[in-house]
Amino acid sequence: MAGMRVLGLDIGSRSVDAVWLCDGEIMDAAVADSGFDPASVAAAFVARGAHDAIVATGYGRHVARDSFGASVVTEIKAYAIGASRLFPNARAVLDIGGQDTKAISLSAAGKVADFEMNDKCAAGTGKFLEVMAKALGFSLEELGSASMAADSGVQISSMCTVFAESEVTGLVHRGEDRGRIARGLHESISRRTLGALKRVGAAGPLVFAGGVARNPAMVALVRAGYAGDVLVPVEAQLVGAYGAALSRVAAELP
Amino acid sequence: MSDAPVDYHEMWASLGLDLPMHDALLEAVGGMYGATFMSQSNRPEGMGYLDFVMSEVHGLRIKELDDFRKNGGKVVGTYCLYVPEEFIRAAGAWSVGICAGAEWAYDQVEQVLPRNTCALIKSMMGFKLGKVCPYLEEADLLIGETTCDGKKKAYEELGKLQNLYVMELPQMKRAKDVAFWRSELVDLIAKLEELTGKKITVESLRASIKEVNDKRRALQRIAAARAADPAPISGLDSLLAVQVAFYDDVPRFTQSMNALADELEKRVADGVGVAPKGAPRILITGTPMALPNWKLHEIVEKAGGIVVGEEMCTGSRYYEKLVDEDATTLDEMLDDIAAKYLDINCACFTPNTGRIDDVIRMAKDLNADGVIDYALSFCGTYQIESAGVAKAVQAADMPVLRIETDYSAEDVGQLSTRVEAFLEMVK
Repeated sequence: MAGMRVLGLDIGSRSVDAVWLCDGEIMDAAVADSGFDPASVAAAFVARGAHDAIVATGYGRHVARDSFGASVVTEIKAYAIGASRLFPNARAVLDIGGQDTKAISLSAAGKVADFEMNDKCAAGTGKFLEVMAKALGFSLEELGSASMAADSGVQISSMCTVFAESEVTGLVHRGEDRGRIARGLHESISRRTLGALKRVGAAGPLVFAGGVARNPAMVALVRAGYAGDVLVPVEAQLVGAYGAALSRVAAELP
Repeated sequence: MSDAPVDYHEMWASLGLDLPMHDALLEAVGGMYGATFMSQSNRPEGMGYLDFVMSEVHGLRIKELDDFRKNGGKVVGTYCLYVPEEFIRAAGAWSVGICAGAEWAYDQVEQVLPRNTCALIKSMMGFKLGKVCPYLEEADLLIGETTCDGKKKAYEELGKLQNLYVMELPQMKRAKDVAFWRSELVDLIAKLEELTGKKITVESLRASIKEVNDKRRALQRIAAARAADPAPISGLDSLLAVQVAFYDDVPRFTQSMNALADELEKRVADGVGVAPKGAPRILITGTPMALPNWKLHEIVEKAGGIVVGEEMCTGSRYYEKLVDEDATTLDEMLDDIAAKYLDINCACFTPNTGRIDDVIRMAKDLNADGVIDYALSFCGTYQIESAGVAKAVQAADMPVLRIETDYSAEDVGQLSTRVEAFLEMVK
């Protein structure tokens, strides 16, 4: 269908991501903080009027459906489609976002075979790292570099973000090296995510997407622990919005 | 024809209910019912009977129980499918399954039970402690059973508040366990006869066996109709039918369900369904869903799927097998009832491989596109069985989704995402 423009929206609790496709190719992309009203942030992207169809994914997808008649897909399907298009040989997807984590295994055809979502609490997500960075007096970038510079990590026993923060503060007061604490925190997360990947039977090339994939310390640890190639897309955060838009394009094809 | 609505407050007050809290419960459930059931499209007309029953759930049915008891009748409350309704009816009493499907009075419940107890058990205690269940207050006797640890210990607390008789269920199904189970039923019979003052006879037991079998047969017809594509009735409506089966007047319920089944069979012949053709067909297996727990069915069906069967006590286990009707002596009837009831494949038994066979068979017979294994949080038995069920379903080349949840609205968003992703997967 010549000139078919699709807007893919990933409406999350931390960010709203938008990707505009024309005939399946990326024309534009944008990311904005969700703030307290993700729906209005999404509405601003819709208001650009540069689309013929809208597909929404993420936690705010149903509101998008009700507000602007978007069709909806879950983040699971959106990430599977987006990751497979970026890396046709992908057989697994890991998304660590602001507040949740998804582990997805794909069939040879790039379809979802199994999935697990860890969305009952913020342990092991971007939120966890933000809180810990603050507790250590680092920016998020510094947190990652400090972790990578340490040759070993301090074992962190709490997984709960709130209790781990207290534990970290205690370790700092005890004179523990902040880089080693940072590494220990990253190791906690990578242990959990590698466990989730095992449970969904992930094997073969793994696409690591979502906001936390931009953290080189996290990528290094997942690479070290996963038996397969770990591929990080350049725009790791946009995979959901991209996949959502692509799901509509795929539906149009004969 | 519309009469002024009857005011049952005097009746409820006489039962000792906490009137304001009870009003709040009825309003909440009524609201849920409207939003969940009445919003569905193209419901069979026969569902009108169940809509009426639900509109009078604490009204007319309670009045019936009240009148029955005023005339000397006895009401027996039960919490589990393993309690044979046949004996209760043969002794001249009425059997009423007690609801345990909503969070209630948790502040009081958590004074006697751990916070980390399964929602069904907490609901059981909450409805009693909160004084909001007229069925409990109409029950002359409650029957409990040693199924799971949680129930076993919770009955100790409930038994302090009300006349409660606990049956011991064996944990295995060997010959010696069957013999033990039979002896427990002999004791149960004695207890019921003492309660009603009436002896169970060959005639009364034969009649009860037939009555309860007829009820099962009607439900079997409804279940069989759901194998069609498009399915003629929603999972929500089917689940409700079995939930009501536990406590409604037996002959009237059976007659109404047969009328519903007639209508469904006609729909199947005409190709009439409630969901678009091609809607993902889902079999749900797991812990029972007591009234008014409709949470998972609603999530699946609002997401565009259709639930075509339930492998659970509020489902196939209720109606799939009948008690033999050929027996001529009380001993033979006792053997038949003991055998049929022990044949229920609940996770409180070990081993329980029969349940896995049932899940696979039902998924195939109902042309399911996928299976959802449902376990309540803190339910050790069903949660542990979940892995085995999932593995077997995958080995049979079908997709499976494992859900662990409770009654709260807290995780509805997350569950919806998982269910929607699963429905996307199976299409």
